Amino acid sequence: MAEYQNIFTRIQVHGELDPGVPLEDKTWQRSGGVINYWAGKIGDAQIGPFYLGGLGLLSLLFGFIAFEIIGINMLASVGWDPIEFVRQLPWLALEPPAAEYGLGIPPLNEGGWWLLAGFFLTLSILLWWLRMYRRARALGMGTHVAWAFLAAIWLYLVLGLFRPLFLGTWAEAVPFGIFPHLDWTAAFSIRYGNLFYNPFHMLSIAFLYGSALLFAMHGATILATDRYGAHREIEQIVDRGTASERGALFWRWTMGFNASMESIHRWAWWFAVLCPLTGGIGILLTGTVVDNWYLWGVEHGLAPAYPTSWEPVSDPAMGGQ
Amino acid sequence: MRQLKRILISLGLIATLAACGERPPIESEQIGFRGTAMGTLNNPRLPQPDNSMPPALPAAASAGPKAGEIYQNVQVLGDLSVGEFTRTMTAITQWVAPEQGCGYCHNLQNLADDSMYTKVVSRRMLQMTQHVNQNWNDHVGGAGVNCYTCHRGNNVPEYIWFAADPAADRSSPYAGNLYGQNMASETAAYSSLPGDPMTRFLMGGYDDIRVIGKTASAQYEQNTIKDTEWTYALMMHMSDSLGVNCTFCHNSRAFSSWEESPPQRVKAWHGIRMVSGLNTEYLDPLQPVYPDNRLGPSGDAPKAYCSTCHQGQNKPLGGADMVSDYPKSMVGN
Repeated sequence: MAEYQNIFTRIQVHGELDPGVPLEDKTWQRSGGVINYWAGKIGDAQIGPFYLGGLGLLSLLFGFIAFEIIGINMLASVGWDPIEFVRQLPWLALEPPAAEYGLGIPPLNEGGWWLLAGFFLTLSILLWWLRMYRRARALGMGTHVAWAFLAAIWLYLVLGLFRPLFLGTWAEAVPFGIFPHLDWTAAFSIRYGNLFYNPFHMLSIAFLYGSALLFAMHGATILATDRYGAHREIEQIVDRGTASERGALFWRWTMGFNASMESIHRWAWWFAVLCPLTGGIGILLTGTVVDNWYLWGVEHGLAPAYPTSWEPVSDPAMGGQ
Repeated sequence: MRQLKRILISLGLIATLAACGERPPIESEQIGFRGTAMGTLNNPRLPQPDNSMPPALPAAASAGPKAGEIYQNVQVLGDLSVGEFTRTMTAITQWVAPEQGCGYCHNLQNLADDSMYTKVVSRRMLQMTQHVNQNWNDHVGGAGVNCYTCHRGNNVPEYIWFAADPAADRSSPYAGNLYGQNMASETAAYSSLPGDPMTRFLMGGYDDIRVIGKTASAQYEQNTIKDTEWTYALMMHMSDSLGVNCTFCHNSRAFSSWEESPPQRVKAWHGIRMVSGLNTEYLDPLQPVYPDNRLGPSGDAPKAYCSTCHQGQNKPLGGADMVSDYPKSMVGN
């Protein structure tokens, strides 16, 4: 006999297309929507109805402009050769201006395109943020999703806007490109004496890994107590059922403490949000306050001295050998 | 049938994944204090380098008249006895032109004639070899170098470099500025780092290699991340040509700290200066001597970098002694 389970289900239960709760703000109407069997395999089988709105439309437009500036520059960099474009795509990039231009406006092909792409991308992201905020309000929801998104935007703005402004040059910003931004990241850490000695980088990593751990613990707990109704998570916050009781007891047994059905979501939200928040602080301090994190670590008792297993050498440029 | 298809697809996926890299286990040898990640990596399944070389020729009599007295136009090896001179010429032929023989460099009607460019280049190469063996003990140590270190039986060493090809940059004048990077670069170990760090650093510009902050607190107006990418590209070339990872020369927790670096870093420091000197004093000035087909895409002479000698090994030819059999000709004086 067919049975209903909320993830690994073989049957899909859905009614008519659900248009959702009535909208108070009626500037734009939601439209469309389909039932998709494959979407139902991994989530809600209903796709849509869609809401674009003025903010969404402008955000997509500016995002498209940024995407095109980056993409066309990449295509131009291989002489408009589509085959070479596909071959080299992971390596191609749109680079920020050289240091000589400072915060000035360079010619288009010497960083001007980068500034334009960055401007439109930033505008697009900020409008999308506003859209998230407004949509949450329109549904009478809290705005937690928008604020979490803003934490990521903070890190983006630190890398591409705030830190270059503090240092007085766009050259310090990240290139747009797949491998190039990774090479940039490695070069960033090397230039500033090893980012692993940056305490805010440490915090950021702790929150990053912590987020993954919390997500795994929470997801596993809910799945494990699903047979007692844990998928009705929100109800169990106000009306603690046996699923909640068992999950809580499990964690008290195994590690002495349990988060509540409600607080686990605050744990998760804060861990996720603090990852880019602390990371952004760490990046912002790099080059503006600290020039070499390893030396900073030595000065502050963070980087211990280890014995070497070879005869120590000194800088040959200073007459050593 | 369907199952067979699934099995075939799975096998295909596994094969694709396996082709993406070197399969484990990779041998790792601890070379530093525990917990500092100081280790060298080695894949024992990679083909072992071919360190064979032509056997040393039987010793020749050092007595008798000097080559410079008997032959005409002997500018570098004139002090050698005629026997040793002939022995050296034979060895050079084995090292550099085993197929073509003497005629690769000499006009066989008149061996003293300088009309062939190969002879003019060889003379300068002999001077360069002697210069390295006399003055760059800090880098080549006791092993020294001879023609075979780079040539390995080829007329032109397999690993040489030219300035970046201007035609390879097909970017439009209005968009797509590559800045000499952001294309798959063999020199920079297939990263998107700058593709020609040699012109910048191995032609006298080695003082600009150091980019890492020297103090804990911020000093504005210092090297940018863009500068760092150039240094990084050179380091990738060094790592690739020596077949070693970063920790062979650096303690990766503090790349700039000499106090924590393995001693090999000092050897490499001298090597960078050595190869830069060879490029500016010996190799690049030969540009007018070469025919067009030996020049690079922008018309520059072929030049040396780490892989020219190292060819994937941290000691060329496994550290074989290259001078003891030919001390007078390869070291001189």
